Amino acid sequence: MKKFLLAAAALTFAVTASIAGPVEDREAMMKGFGGALGQLGPIAKGEKPYDAAVVNAAIEQLSANAMKFDVAAMFPAGSGEGTEALPAIWENMADFEAKVAKFKADVAGVAANPPADQAAVGAALGVIGGNCGACHQTYRAKKS
Amino acid sequence: MRLAGKLALSAAVLAGASALAFWWLTAPRVLPAEVVAAFPPGNAAEGERIFWAGGCASCHAAPGAEGEARLALPGGLQLKTGFGAFIAPNISSHPTDGIGAWNIGEFANAMQRGVSPDGRHYYPAFPYTSYARMTRDDVADLFAFLKTVPAVEGRAEPTRLGFPFNIRRGIGLWKLVNLDPAPVVSIEGATAEVLRGQYLVEGPGHCGECHTPRDVSGGLKTGEWLSGAVAAEGEGVVPNITPDGLSWSAADIAYYLESGFTPDFDSVGGSMVDVQKNMAMLPAEDRAAIAAYVKAIPGHPNGYPAR
Repeated sequence: MKKFLLAAAALTFAVTASIAGPVEDREAMMKGFGGALGQLGPIAKGEKPYDAAVVNAAIEQLSANAMKFDVAAMFPAGSGEGTEALPAIWENMADFEAKVAKFKADVAGVAANPPADQAAVGAALGVIGGNCGACHQTYRAKKS
Repeated sequence: MRLAGKLALSAAVLAGASALAFWWLTAPRVLPAEVVAAFPPGNAAEGERIFWAGGCASCHAAPGAEGEARLALPGGLQLKTGFGAFIAPNISSHPTDGIGAWNIGEFANAMQRGVSPDGRHYYPAFPYTSYARMTRDDVADLFAFLKTVPAVEGRAEPTRLGFPFNIRRGIGLWKLVNLDPAPVVSIEGATAEVLRGQYLVEGPGHCGECHTPRDVSGGLKTGEWLSGAVAAEGEGVVPNITPDGLSWSAADIAYYLESGFTPDFDSVGGSMVDVQKNMAMLPAEDRAAIAAYVKAIPGHPNGYPAR
């Protein structure tokens, strides 16, 4: 039974890991962040009224996606070639990992205490957005 | 006199005349004394707004500084370009390592004529060609504000350029072509908001320094204003932000400058991250004015090659 579970676990791992490569995985994750934040943006800007259900769902989506951010699996050595990920990631891996850890901690902080009004949505976007910029400043080059 | 002697003499005269002409053409030109005398006393509180609009911290704060530390201005950032590495100096209020002992005339000549207190040309990596468009009030207010930031000890390394760019005198020729305080674009029927945006973008904001392509001498191709460029420093391209290159609404642009988020909630990246942090410190009406101007300028195709 134990062996069967191990084998099943190994198989599951192999399947999930082989569905897409690390580049596709991380790009999908980044798109996911944009999607979740895009729900919050119009509220922060005052284009849409505050709606707790929308906000909570978006934060949950953001948080679940952020917890998938696995640097070792998504940014293996050599996976920068031909992508927007810069070599600086692998030259400063400890800093990159620290920035990802801070991002996850900040998302967890927002998720633990979801914004209760329009101003708080704006503030939460500020906290999260600072993390986006901090990494994209040094570790991403836009290709287009 | 024999022919050879005559030729040698003419050559010597010609060489001497050329040297004199070069010396005269390349001489640092400072603001007239009466202009310096007319600078008003600055208001430090107003100057903070100019400080953020001008992006001073992006180059002069210690690399990687966050929050309050962006008001400490020891310099040290290296701009690695094809000409060599330009290194930002200490502009803190320290009396010897920074600019704490300068007077308004020295500051204005640095900001608007690119001339140092000891009469040498600054390299245009310091964007004085843009700052030349600033009002006297804003220059004076910024000067007053810079008196209030902390004194930081220590000098950054000197700029390292290869020949011939290491001959500062040559910048005098470059300035004859490229230093012009006139507005860059003229916009028919511009509203007060658009004009405010024009001032912020073309003057203190110095947006064109990265968003406009440059010629071989490093001068801005003002006929392709804000059409994007191959990054002078670092990798990639700086985007075309004329109406031909940027389809965002004015509200989108203003929100990007405030929050760092694009309309599809991608985030700001590269050297624009520091710029956006500065823009976020401005009053909302300044970001709206910048957006209104960017929407009003003439469109141009991308100022960088297709990739």
